[in-house]
Amino acid sequence: MSEVKYSKEHEWIKLDGEEATIGITKHATEMLGDIVFAELPEKGSNVDKDGTAGVVESTKAASDVYTPVSGEVTDTNQMIVDDPSKINEDPEESAWFFKLKIKDKSEMDSLMSKEEYEKFAKETSA
Amino acid sequence: MSIKKTSLNNLHIKYGAKLVEFAGYQMPIQYKDGIIQEHKYTRSHSGIFDVSHMGQLFISGSDDLTSDLEKIFPADLKKLKTNQSKYSFLMNNKGGIQDDLIITKTSDGFLIILNAACKYNDYKVIKSKLDNQYKLNLDESLSLIALQGPEAKNVLNKVIPGCDSLKFMNGNNYVYNNEKVYITRSGYTGEDGFEISIKHSDAETFVENLIENGSKLIGLGARDTLRMEAGLCLYGNDLDNDTSPIEANLKWAIPKSRIETEFVGSEVLKNQFQSGVKKLRVGIKPDSKVIARGNTKIYNDKNQEIGKVTSGTFGPSVEHPIAMGYVDNSYSTVNTKIFLEVRGKKIPANICNLPFYKKNYVKGEINV
Repeated sequence: MSEVKYSKEHEWIKLDGEEATIGITKHATEMLGDIVFAELPEKGSNVDKDGTAGVVESTKAASDVYTPVSGEVTDTNQMIVDDPSKINEDPEESAWFFKLKIKDKSEMDSLMSKEEYEKFAKETSA
Repeated sequence: MSIKKTSLNNLHIKYGAKLVEFAGYQMPIQYKDGIIQEHKYTRSHSGIFDVSHMGQLFISGSDDLTSDLEKIFPADLKKLKTNQSKYSFLMNNKGGIQDDLIITKTSDGFLIILNAACKYNDYKVIKSKLDNQYKLNLDESLSLIALQGPEAKNVLNKVIPGCDSLKFMNGNNYVYNNEKVYITRSGYTGEDGFEISIKHSDAETFVENLIENGSKLIGLGARDTLRMEAGLCLYGNDLDNDTSPIEANLKWAIPKSRIETEFVGSEVLKNQFQSGVKKLRVGIKPDSKVIARGNTKIYNDKNQEIGKVTSGTFGPSVEHPIAMGYVDNSYSTVNTKIFLEVRGKKIPANICNLPFYKKNYVKGEINV
């Protein structure tokens, strides 16, 4: 059973065993507008919870992508680098950003459930 | 100060605009289609832009008005025929640009289109430099709507017949809904197009008529990517009080006949014409997909800072990042290798010709 959680920085994280897949939420893409550039972390690098792990840029501005948990980056999604518009099309499935081997599963506890995130997103964008 | 709304505010909301504050006005940054689709629709068909926040300053008075305005603006106003327009500047004594503007000669004087963020100050400055005998009217009873794109002439001609005979940078009076409208053939997207000055009460139905004929509302976001691809400056980003028209690479807008004459800032400009300038506005094309935004520092290959980016984005029609900025004049030659500091990394780029996107009147041609 995989577990999906959400961060206040509008990332989603899906945990399967020790492997976490991370991307940005549909709500985030709607706020950003058309995404035209994506930069991902280096494979094999270590990222720390709440640290910068990438960048997305829309026609309007650049935004950092943060990692909601710590770990070692095991894979990155070249598809979204080659065609950043895929992030707008399918942000919560095929347009994931990177995978990592999670360091401390308890870091998942502070993240939001889907219901909590939806409420948070609605309140912060109002 | 409360935020102002244009006469098209309800229409913006009806068509799903994301509204932002711009120069004291609530303006649409984009509609439902998003910036890229809106940009491309303008290039392939036509787009409607609410530019009612811009100033429409009417000046009238005696026959001396033309020569008195030439003491302010470096344009050849004496040669201007009625209904003809010129791009010009309001400068300070140091030759810095206080605003860039379009002056049109009207039947009883001049109409000057001013940037929204500058218009009240421009009015004060111009009024202070003119004799009291002249009448200045920063007319806030009029909306201003731009229609841009290859289909603009066909769409507008269906709503206001006859306007397709206007020549570029020329205007005339037309009638819409039994009221006078003033139309010029001009714009700021690199496309053929028109700007229509119309009573507030007619603006909404006029825009609905344009939409019925196939055009779409376009937000400020796409207006920005369109003007950048066309190599056009945005006041406040690419032009400011410390930058002269020569430095901004807008020398073409200062006619030779005016160089030896007097106007505000003429001494500095004359000097710059003779001795050259230290910095120059250039086009910049990054080698990679990285976007360099305004304020990005520019370096040479010896890691010395040589300038600053003033505008940068992803160009939807050229499908590549584009930028413009100011570099030390010795690095301004096309194809000079430069480096842009983005998020701590030095990104290789080249100085390139402007515009990035050049319209071919048969079909669009891309110049990257």
